Amino acid sequence: MDSCNCIEPQWPPDDLLMKYQYISDFFIALAYFSIPLELIYFVKKSAVFPYRWVLVQFGAFIVLCGATHLINLWTFTMHSRTVAMVMATAKVFTAAVSCITALMLVHIIPDLLSVKTRELFLKNKAAELDREMGLIRTQEETGRHVRMLTHEIRSTLDRHTILKTTLVELGRTLALEECALWMPTRTGLELQLSYTLRQQNPVGYTVPIHLPVINQVFSSSHAVKISPNCPVASIHPSGKYTPGEVVAVRVPLLHLSNFQINDWPELSTKRYALMVLMLPLDSARHWHVHELELVEVVADQVAVALSHAAILEESMRARDLLMEQNVALDLARREAETAVRARNDFLAVMNHEMRTPMHAIIALSSLLQETELTPEQRLMVETILKSSNLLSTLINDVLDLSRLEDGSLQLDLGTFNLCAVFKEVLNLIKPIASVKKLHVSLNLAPDLPEYAVGDEKRLMQTILNVVGNAVKFSKDGSISITAFVAKAELLRDSQTTEFFPVPGDNHFYLRVQVKDSGIGVSPQDIPKLFTKFAQTQSTAIRNSGGGGLGLAICKRFVNLMEGHIWIESEGLGKGCTAIFMVKLGIPERLNESELAFMPKVPPNHGPTAFPGLKVLVMDENGVSRKVTKGLLVHLGCDVTMVSSSEECLRVVSNEHKVVFMDACAPGMDGYEIAVCIHEKFTKRHERPIIVALTGNTDKVTKENCMRVGMDGVILKPVSLDKMRSVLSDLLEHRVLFEAI
Amino acid sequence: MEVGQMQRRLVDYTKTLFMEGFLDAQFLQLQQLQDESNPDFVVEVVSLFFDDSEKLLNDLSMALDQPNVDFKKVDAHVHQLKGSSSSIGAQRVKNACIAFRNFCEEQNIDATLRCLQQVKHEYYLVKNKLETLLRLEQQIVAAGGSIPATEMGF
Repeated sequence: MDSCNCIEPQWPPDDLLMKYQYISDFFIALAYFSIPLELIYFVKKSAVFPYRWVLVQFGAFIVLCGATHLINLWTFTMHSRTVAMVMATAKVFTAAVSCITALMLVHIIPDLLSVKTRELFLKNKAAELDREMGLIRTQEETGRHVRMLTHEIRSTLDRHTILKTTLVELGRTLALEECALWMPTRTGLELQLSYTLRQQNPVGYTVPIHLPVINQVFSSSHAVKISPNCPVASIHPSGKYTPGEVVAVRVPLLHLSNFQINDWPELSTKRYALMVLMLPLDSARHWHVHELELVEVVADQVAVALSHAAILEESMRARDLLMEQNVALDLARREAETAVRARNDFLAVMNHEMRTPMHAIIALSSLLQETELTPEQRLMVETILKSSNLLSTLINDVLDLSRLEDGSLQLDLGTFNLCAVFKEVLNLIKPIASVKKLHVSLNLAPDLPEYAVGDEKRLMQTILNVVGNAVKFSKDGSISITAFVAKAELLRDSQTTEFFPVPGDNHFYLRVQVKDSGIGVSPQDIPKLFTKFAQTQSTAIRNSGGGGLGLAICKRFVNLMEGHIWIESEGLGKGCTAIFMVKLGIPERLNESELAFMPKVPPNHGPTAFPGLKVLVMDENGVSRKVTKGLLVHLGCDVTMVSSSEECLRVVSNEHKVVFMDACAPGMDGYEIAVCIHEKFTKRHERPIIVALTGNTDKVTKENCMRVGMDGVILKPVSLDKMRSVLSDLLEHRVLFEAI
Repeated sequence: MEVGQMQRRLVDYTKTLFMEGFLDAQFLQLQQLQDESNPDFVVEVVSLFFDDSEKLLNDLSMALDQPNVDFKKVDAHVHQLKGSSSSIGAQRVKNACIAFRNFCEEQNIDATLRCLQQVKHEYYLVKNKLETLLRLEQQIVAAGGSIPATEMGF
């Protein structure tokens, strides 16, 4: 027998235990081979597995273990030495790999464990972040609510809407049970329930303002939690429900006068309203900090919005007031205008009414003069005539007072005999004075010039008025009239503080003093004397008709003559002195003969004063055209008539010396024609003289005529004498502006 | 009736016209313009006045009859009438025209109608008077006398 290298197992293979071991080994090998397969499968599936090489190692280890157990199967029966060698090799390898693996695992397992810790840590962190996110979101939502609330509140300027909106929006945002606003009453001692959220018509509950709980709320700028049992919070019958938490906040009510942007007034009027907010009953909700902040912010916004609303109300009220005032002023203005118009109309009518009898008086007196009269009668008639002429002039001046006030009155300057004026006044006054048994004396200084340049008529009027007043207000005694040239030293009179006349070479200042021994004037009445229609007490008592325009007109005339007039009196019963100074011109050295012919007499006296003078008459109105033509024909002119502006412009030539045009026809522009004529005839000597005939006597018409270059204006209707004198003046001076 | 008597009657009649305000100084001016070279001046002017005024009054009546009164046109007519009457010395007509113009400015239809009536009334009055006057003058001239100049220094 050959000795074989087979190794015999220790135990017989038929042993039961051996059988069990055989089967177990088989299964172990099977499992060991399938485990790496599973591992590979699942690792391939997973995306992240950092330890691949560990896997490989582990796999090798398992596979080898499995191989070992597999080979072990063959060792149960008799097996050859090869098998034993293979078995031994396998075991050696397995031992090596497993030792290496064991060593590796020492490093790996802590790593694996730490991964787990990190995972737990991250989970915690994530939970924390979630919580924080939740908080931020809540805050942001609160902010959004605030903005929305503010927007709602500030979108209206109506106080009621603001407050109502506030309550509604707050109630919605914070899910409140009840929200109420208490406003201070007018007396400031109580708070009255003004607005509520749920109840529609809050009955006027009031609570006194000085409760400790209210003081507590008012003294803090934050929202304060208050007890649900205090009076301000018990507006809602809570009954069997447990009331929710209540918070109250103050709302500052600002006065307009102390509204400052960044600085709520701490010092001045601390008027606050109270806003009370209640959480729902029977809920477990509490007031959170952010909710309280929301409430505070809203309260501030409401305060601002209310102030704006108040400002708006104020300005609307002011505007309404202004409009009312405007209307009233407009009405007053229109009434004033009507009054002025009425006065002017009245003056115009009275003007006319007064002139007619005056003319009758003048006419009949002049007729009377022509008849047979005794010398006394003649004197009387002459006085009547002169007085009525003067009166007529006076009427003209008095009733054209508007012209005086306009300032459009101009003096008629001329050379006249100064002494004669005084003598005339004396003659006029003497009869009346002698009736009253008053003695009138006249003193003319020797250095008074005989002739002066000035407005004779108005000077006489002034002197007559002053002397007349003296006579009127004296029951007895004497009146002295003194006239002299004002010297330099006398010009520094205390009375005339605002009047500094400067004498010069070609003018002098005439000073006239009229002293009477009559009732006098009390010092406080003196300023009133020169105002129109003002009566002093004494004159009112005497009822001598002292009020009127006399002194006022004198003052104006004296002012026009660059002078000054004033009255001195020592009191009632002590008489008074009227003094005035006027500026008169010194006439140049003239011959006596020339002086005697002071031009009152027109040079041409015949009917045909202007033989062959070519004249153009333009007038739309047939009748007045015919009358004007008749006038001019009577004066010897050669008259061409036209009735329209086109015709006038066509016909006018440089042969026509004068053009008369009717300037007051509505729709017909006499002014335009004047301008056209100016354009047509550029050389002055070729151009005909343009004269406007107008029924309007106002300054405006005169100015318009002057502006368009007319040479003269005449008031219609024109008398023959007037036309004659106008034409002679025109042809001599080429300009005439009648003092209308 | 003999000439002297007629002349005195004319003078008295003229004086009453002045006193009653129908005529004013302008009419005297017209009379003054009448001379040998222009013997019928007054008659011509007066006739022209009558014709003009009749036409103007007709125009006024028509203008005021319209549903929409054109006050500018009415004012223009009244202005013309005022001018004519003041040129001839018809004082009361002129005054009525002045009042008429005021109401025209206010555009007051009722008042203007009243004024128109007033103006017409005055016009016919003065027309009557003037015709009588002229007739008297004609009679004097026909009887061989001369018309006495009215000597009032207006």
